[in-house]
Amino acid sequence: MNRARGERDEVLLRAEGVVKHFSTGRRRSAPVVQAVDDVSLEVRRGETLGLVGETGCGKSTLARCLTRLYELTAGRVVFDGDDLTKLSRRELRPYRRRLQVIFQDPYGSLNPRRRVGSIIGDPFAIHGVAEGKERLRQVQELMDLVGLNAEHYNRFPSEFSGGQRQRIGIARALALRPELVICDEPVSALDVSIQAQVVNLLADLQSELGLTYVFIAHDLSVVRHVSDRIAVMYLGKVVELADARTLFEHPRHPYTAALLSALPVPDPDIADARRRILLTGDVPSPIDPPSGCRFHPRCPKARAECAVTEPLLQARSGDPSTHLTACHFPVADGDELALAARAEPPRTPA
Amino acid sequence: MSALPADLVETPPLDPERAIEGRSPWQLAWARLRRDRVAIACLIVIVLITVIALAAPLFVYLTGHGPNEEFQTTGLTPDGLPRPPSSTFLFGTDSLGRDVLVRVVYGARISLLSGVLASTAAVIIGVLVGLVGGYFGGFVDTLLARLMDVVLSFPFLLFAIALVSIVGPGLWISIVVIAFFSWASVGRVVRGQTLTLREREYVEAARSLGASDVRIMFVDILPNLIAQVIVYLTLLIPAAVVFEATLSFLGLGVVPPTATWGNMLADSLAYYRVAWWYVLFPGAALLITTLAFNLLGDSVRDAFDPRGDRLFRR
Repeated sequence: MNRARGERDEVLLRAEGVVKHFSTGRRRSAPVVQAVDDVSLEVRRGETLGLVGETGCGKSTLARCLTRLYELTAGRVVFDGDDLTKLSRRELRPYRRRLQVIFQDPYGSLNPRRRVGSIIGDPFAIHGVAEGKERLRQVQELMDLVGLNAEHYNRFPSEFSGGQRQRIGIARALALRPELVICDEPVSALDVSIQAQVVNLLADLQSELGLTYVFIAHDLSVVRHVSDRIAVMYLGKVVELADARTLFEHPRHPYTAALLSALPVPDPDIADARRRILLTGDVPSPIDPPSGCRFHPRCPKARAECAVTEPLLQARSGDPSTHLTACHFPVADGDELALAARAEPPRTPA
Repeated sequence: MSALPADLVETPPLDPERAIEGRSPWQLAWARLRRDRVAIACLIVIVLITVIALAAPLFVYLTGHGPNEEFQTTGLTPDGLPRPPSSTFLFGTDSLGRDVLVRVVYGARISLLSGVLASTAAVIIGVLVGLVGGYFGGFVDTLLARLMDVVLSFPFLLFAIALVSIVGPGLWISIVVIAFFSWASVGRVVRGQTLTLREREYVEAARSLGASDVRIMFVDILPNLIAQVIVYLTLLIPAAVVFEATLSFLGLGVVPPTATWGNMLADSLAYYRVAWWYVLFPGAALLITTLAFNLLGDSVRDAFDPRGDRLFRR
């Protein structure tokens, strides 16, 4: 999305080696689900960082770690220079205003027993910002901002459609003018026709209010549409991180290539020419992830080494330093895998 | 400040005049309750009993009989037996020549007072304990859940007898005993509901906004279980009324000569062959009151939960 170029390099949020394990039982020896394992990434002010991956790969867990809705097992989350992980709940409160979440389920994230006006007014009430008439005025302004009829503040969530409810969630998240908004699959529960409206609304709000987004989705085309940079996750790890265009045109990780090859292509000539990469097997259990590279049991390029050493997330030979891949044998541009992943005709120089 | 493209703005509903103000779950429940004839009948009966209880001194004024006044000559037969209903004693007299009507009316005061107070106290304690246990979980929850198990497994009559023998009988001690034995069942229901409600996404949303635990418990969770609590309250009141009557019946409740339905029934048992009115009127009062509250409770539950099957409803 559009933003001033000069601001790009300021890091607003940095995750450093974030680990989140869930215990499956009370005993200390109970098996542990390694939902997020050693994830490091940066979110720069004003950008949209897309986070994609299959269901269960740890996207939402990572989002909850970033906002400290979950306590980290290890690692740090640094927001605008301050380490959030060490703060008590009280100390965290001022940061809550600057860091907001839009939730996935527009039905579950709104309290069914409360009127929309008081739901959107919650941030004001909790942080003691605006009272009475002033609060109502601001709530109505927010409703207007997200394209809701401001006169409906007295209604209940059940009286709104899915798309409208998601707008309510957006209004609530924007109430305190946050700097960073984490969108946890904000459109995946909506109809396709409504998805576009909400995505466009988010884009407009970003340019209007100068927001920074972490945009989580499992739908690659949505993520591509909104993101400046994209991180691909697999089984709790980031396997590839690059500019949106680079990732789509030069995928390096075989998993990314497989995801891209599954995208429908509007051009029938290309669709006929390319071959889908079919991954065999299921996603392994995060309780007992594979050794070495976690993707190796399903990877078409896997060799013996992949099962032994875990590849680091780093720039591979020939790639710019902004394109990081965690793979010993990355896909080269001319590979069969790269061709299968191609969604658009190769750009011909003018 | 917004200038969104026209296609982003969802069109308002066709008839914006009609429903801009949404109806709250309360209004919806009340609308359903109002259509329920049994509920309305019960409500009328309850209001009537309450008015009668409040207006008890009026009955003294009209009949000229005090509730504890003994009419040795007019109220008893020459053999010293209770007199049947007549124009002076509409509900007859009891074994001491007192007016059963006036005593039943005064008994309603004790029954309603102890029923409402004890169940309200029980609900407040139960909601607090259930909310705290269910919301915080862990050690706190284990402790409170075990406490509720202990209370629920107490033999209440033995406990009441033991307590009364130490503290002495009385209205307030009965209310305390009733509340003590009633809160745990409310607490269990509330705890179970809280356990599921606290996992809802809107609770997470509140947390991400920086809401405190107290705010989440009372603003986000409590409104979602208040309907069940109301239903429980309407069902607890008759139980408490019967509970109080039981204590009085056993001589553990309100001290005679103060009239309660329970101690009137206890006294009347010796005379049931000769004085049917002595048993009938306090017994009927107890029955009608508890029945009205129980039926109302059922209707309130239906009103709050319209999905419940209406197949067999009136």
